[in-house]
Amino acid sequence: MSAPSIPRVHFTELSARERAKALLEAGTFRELLGPFERIESPHLSPQGVVPQSDDGVVVARGTIDGSPAVILAIEAAFQGGGIGEVSGAKIAGALELALGDAEAGTPVRPVLVLETGGIRLQEANLGLLAIAEVHAAIIALRRYVPVVGVIAGPLGCFGGMSIAAGLCSYLIMTREGRLGLNGPAVIEEEAGVAELDSRDNRRVWDIMGGEQRVAVGMADTLTEDDPDSVARAVREAFAAGLPERHRSAKVERYETRLGVIDSSQELDGQKLRSIWAEERR
Amino acid sequence: MSRGSTWFAALTGVKPAGFEPASVLCADAKVGDERARFLSVVPNSEARFPRARGGELGLEEGWAIAWYVREVMSDDEGDRRAIIAVVDVPGQPYGYHEELLGLNLALAASVNAYAGARLAGHPVIALVVGRAISGAFLAHGLQANRILALRDEDVEVQVMSKRSTARITRRSVDELDKIAREVPATAFDVGSFARLGALHHLIEGVNADEPGDADVERVRDALAGAISSARQDATDLSSRLESPEARENRSASLRVREKLAEQWNQ
Repeated sequence: MSAPSIPRVHFTELSARERAKALLEAGTFRELLGPFERIESPHLSPQGVVPQSDDGVVVARGTIDGSPAVILAIEAAFQGGGIGEVSGAKIAGALELALGDAEAGTPVRPVLVLETGGIRLQEANLGLLAIAEVHAAIIALRRYVPVVGVIAGPLGCFGGMSIAAGLCSYLIMTREGRLGLNGPAVIEEEAGVAELDSRDNRRVWDIMGGEQRVAVGMADTLTEDDPDSVARAVREAFAAGLPERHRSAKVERYETRLGVIDSSQELDGQKLRSIWAEERR
Repeated sequence: MSRGSTWFAALTGVKPAGFEPASVLCADAKVGDERARFLSVVPNSEARFPRARGGELGLEEGWAIAWYVREVMSDDEGDRRAIIAVVDVPGQPYGYHEELLGLNLALAASVNAYAGARLAGHPVIALVVGRAISGAFLAHGLQANRILALRDEDVEVQVMSKRSTARITRRSVDELDKIAREVPATAFDVGSFARLGALHHLIEGVNADEPGDADVERVRDALAGAISSARQDATDLSSRLESPEARENRSASLRVREKLAEQWNQ
C-alpha cells in the first residue's frame, strides 16, 4: 500500500482570484470592485461579446509579510486576458492610489500577476490609452516601492503589458511562463512560418520561456509552479528593496549587449546565453 | 522621404542623415524662444535588424531613444528642455531575433526614459504626423504630457494594422469600418482618436506631406503652446482624463477610478 498522495496544487491552474489569495497572507484578501458590483465593459455587448462582471481583472488588498499590499491579477480565461477600458482602468487606477499612499509616506506593496495577450481588440485605443497609464503609474510608483511582476503562464505576457513587465522592479517567472512583445501566433501571421513556427513549442519557449528570460537577465527569479514557491519569491522580492537601477534604465548595458550581436547569424536561446555571459566578463 | 523625416527636417533645419542608428533622428532646435530636443523614428533600408527597416520601432530604436532622452536629462539642471517626439511609426517589428533579444525591454526603455523626463519636469510633447500604431506609439509618444496631431487622412492611431485586425478578429475590412463608426476606439482616423480626449490639440489645415513655411510655423506655434501648457500643469497624465471628450467617451475609466478610491481604505 502506498501512502495517499497529496495532490500538488499548481499556481498556473489557479484563477486570477485564487492567485491573488495565494499571494496575500491568509485571511487578509479583500477584493475591490468585485464581481457583484458588476462594473463590466460597456463596449463588448454591442460587438456581440458577452461581458464579464469583473472585466477579467481582480484588484485585491491584503498584506504581504505584515505590510499592506495590492494585487492586480489578470484572468487569462476571459478574452485571453485582453486589456480593455475597465480592466485597464482597474490596474492603472489601483497603481495610482498606491502612488498616492507612497507619496504620503505609507507605501503599499504592488504586485502585478500578468497573464495577457495584450490589448483587447474590441476596445482598441481605449486599451492602448489605459496601458500607457499603467506604464506611467509603474514608473512613478517604483521610485518609492518595488513593483513586482509575476508571469506564471500558461498564457504568458504579451503586447503592451509585456512593456509593463519590462518596467517592473522585479520579475518572477515559472518555466511555463512566457514573455514577449509579440505572441508567437502574431509573428507567424505577420512574418511567416519561416520566421517562427508558432506550434514549435520548444523553439517558442527557447526564446521567451521563463527559464531563458531569467538566464539572460530579462527576468529575475525562476520559481516552481506552486503557490507557496511563487508567494515566497514575491516576499523575497520586496525584502530585497528597490534595485540600484531598474532594468529598463540600464541603457549602456543593453546597448553593449546588442552591439555584440551579429544580426546576420542565426541565434538561439543557448547561444545568446553564452554570448552575453562572455560580454559580462 | 517619410513624414517623420520631413517634419524632423522642417522643424529642426537638420538633414535627416548621418545618425547612428540611422533610424533615430535627434537634434536640438528652437521652439519660440527656447531650445527643444526633437526625436523621430524613420525607415532605414540598411538597418542591422531586417524586420525593422520600414520605420518600425525595434530593438535599436527603443534603446537609442532612451539614450537621447537621458542625455537631455543629465545635461539640464536648471531649465528643463522640452522633448518633442515626432511620431510616424507603423508599429513594432515582428521577428524571431527581436523577441529573443528582448523587444519588450527595448520598448520599456524608451517608455521609461520619456516618463522619467516628464516626471523630472521636462515638457514631453508628442507630435503625430503619420501613423501611431500600437507598441511603437506606447514607446514613442504616449508618455507625453501633451499629444498634438495633424488633421490629415493619413494620420492614424490604432493598436494593429487594419489588415491584421481583420484577420485576427475574422472580420472583413468593410465590417471593421462599420464597427468603427459606432465604436470610435476601434477607428483608425485621428478625428475618432480625438474623441477619446487624450489629444491636447488637433492641428488643422496643414500640408502633412510637403509642408510649406506657413505650415511649419503653424506647427511650431502649436508646439510652443503645448510646451507652455505642460510647464504649468502636473507631471502626470491626468489631463487626458480631465478633458470634456474623456468625460464623455472614457466615462468607465473615470467611474472605475472613483469606485476604487472609495473602496481603497475600508
